[in-house]
Amino acid sequence: MPIAPSEVKWIDERTLSPWDWLYLPALWEGLSTTVRHMFSKKVTIEFPEQRPSVPPHYKGVHRLNRDEQGRVRCVACYLCATACPAHCIDIVAAPSPWPDREKYPELFVIDELRCIYCGMCEEACPVDAIELTTLYDLTGFSREEMLFDKEKLLAVYDYTVNKGTDAIRTLRGTLGPASEILEQQSAPLPNT
Amino acid sequence: MATIFPPEEEQIIELDVRTDEMLVSMGPQHPSTHGVLRLVLRTDGEVVSEVTPHLGYLHRCAEKIGENVTPIQFIPYTDRMDYLSGMNMNLGYSLAVEKLCGLTDKIPEKAQVIRVIVCELNRIASHLVGIGAYGLDLGTFSPFLYAFREREMILDLFEEVCGARLTYSYVTIGGVHDDLPEGWLERCSKFLDWFEPRLEEYHTLLTRNSIFIKRTAGIGVLPRDMAVAYGCTGPMLRGSLNREKGDPPWDLRKIEPYCGYEQYDFEIPIPPFREAPVEAVIGDAWHRFYVRMKEMEQSARIVRQALRKYETARGAHRIEPPRHLPPGEAYVETECPRGQMGFYVVGRPTKESVPLRVRARSSSFCNLSVTHEICRGCLIADVPAIVGSIDIVMGEVDR
Repeated sequence: MPIAPSEVKWIDERTLSPWDWLYLPALWEGLSTTVRHMFSKKVTIEFPEQRPSVPPHYKGVHRLNRDEQGRVRCVACYLCATACPAHCIDIVAAPSPWPDREKYPELFVIDELRCIYCGMCEEACPVDAIELTTLYDLTGFSREEMLFDKEKLLAVYDYTVNKGTDAIRTLRGTLGPASEILEQQSAPLPNT
Repeated sequence: MATIFPPEEEQIIELDVRTDEMLVSMGPQHPSTHGVLRLVLRTDGEVVSEVTPHLGYLHRCAEKIGENVTPIQFIPYTDRMDYLSGMNMNLGYSLAVEKLCGLTDKIPEKAQVIRVIVCELNRIASHLVGIGAYGLDLGTFSPFLYAFREREMILDLFEEVCGARLTYSYVTIGGVHDDLPEGWLERCSKFLDWFEPRLEEYHTLLTRNSIFIKRTAGIGVLPRDMAVAYGCTGPMLRGSLNREKGDPPWDLRKIEPYCGYEQYDFEIPIPPFREAPVEAVIGDAWHRFYVRMKEMEQSARIVRQALRKYETARGAHRIEPPRHLPPGEAYVETECPRGQMGFYVVGRPTKESVPLRVRARSSSFCNLSVTHEICRGCLIADVPAIVGSIDIVMGEVDR
């Protein structure tokens, strides 16, 4: 789109006064701002020595919760695997050896490299078995190492509970986050 | 209105040295192209005669993925489009799906208020990166660090709300994921108290800095008609509008309010500005930068009002999302930090949980398409100044 000659505005560069030409006022203005920051409180932390505090519901490494008897709480319903947008959860269900449930996960593998830490598994779980912890510095040397199986996920549970960083947020019998919403909302659900 | 310096000086430069035409490839690993953008410059000496942007280095088939996952599962993918304003992206897609399902009027007031709070905070965070990185392009480092310090505080607030710092997946279909935690409102207003005086520092270091003005004023002038013709939106368009000529303050939050934006008292800053230096003309890089600065003030103002509104807001933070999408189509555009982000969702003829088609209208893509026009005839050193003032996010351009 060519510009019409009438639209062109000729401007001259600003002529600086002798005082401004020295650039001292500009220098003073900028430097005083930056120098003031040198004496203000530091906002950075020395990372490996100092640890940032993360909120309790931070979305970090997963864990599989244990129930009161130390068994895995998961009932192998596949809801988390279905909800996962990255398809990183693999479950193999088997008939449960315990009388209080039908199934339990024989294999429960989460690919931590594929996971995007969105927290949808946690939200989908009806028995509060899978949770995201506050562990955020997850490293490994190989891809195989980053496939977390059931034992490893239960170990994460033991580690975080012993360390006291992640309290068990929900207990058996109480309602999960999804049902709290239903309670609060007295109006009938919209037609779906 | 375009500005050209007096012709005699230009002729002197032209006659001084004899140069040949040369193709220079800038990017995709160039630090000032903001991600993986490749610009092929046809240069003659220092003067750029043609700029061709090459895109697609970050293409991740987001739209195709949207046809294979349920709307809730697609929310994390929208985070990764414009990764500097994930909340706004989440909101755009959520609104489109809600419109398709006829849920728009059923969203509780509390959810709407939380959405406004997080989206406006995210706008501030996104503009902070925009202006900080723009200063970095032009060779000043301090504002960048200060901007990231402020942004970090917003990210800390978001972390408390949703447990993530960049890819939030917080705004979701039917409301927002969680309610605001205890004491968050106080921390948020404390941040605003701290943040608003800090804006003056950026004005000192950038807006009024004579080097910054020389690098940006009168550079990359985008006439209003061209901006409209290319579909530019957001600060890119608003920097070219002129209130005195009767241009409307084009912002969807005012023009087609969503999420209850009509209940908030705020202004849309468009030129002319009293603070503009004499060298600056409407539509240049300086004005685009300044519009962003002004928008941060207004966003802080909206957040303050929303925080007050939250205390009396009724309803839950979320309603149950629908299990199936009805047949039909819905298109919603929202005002994101970089412009109007549109999401188009088509439901399958049979009731199913995955949509038939998802389309994202990206604001950065349209804004970038004007590069070759505004870069023509500028100096090579001005190309980063112009591209930086567009404030693109390649994740959104390529999707």
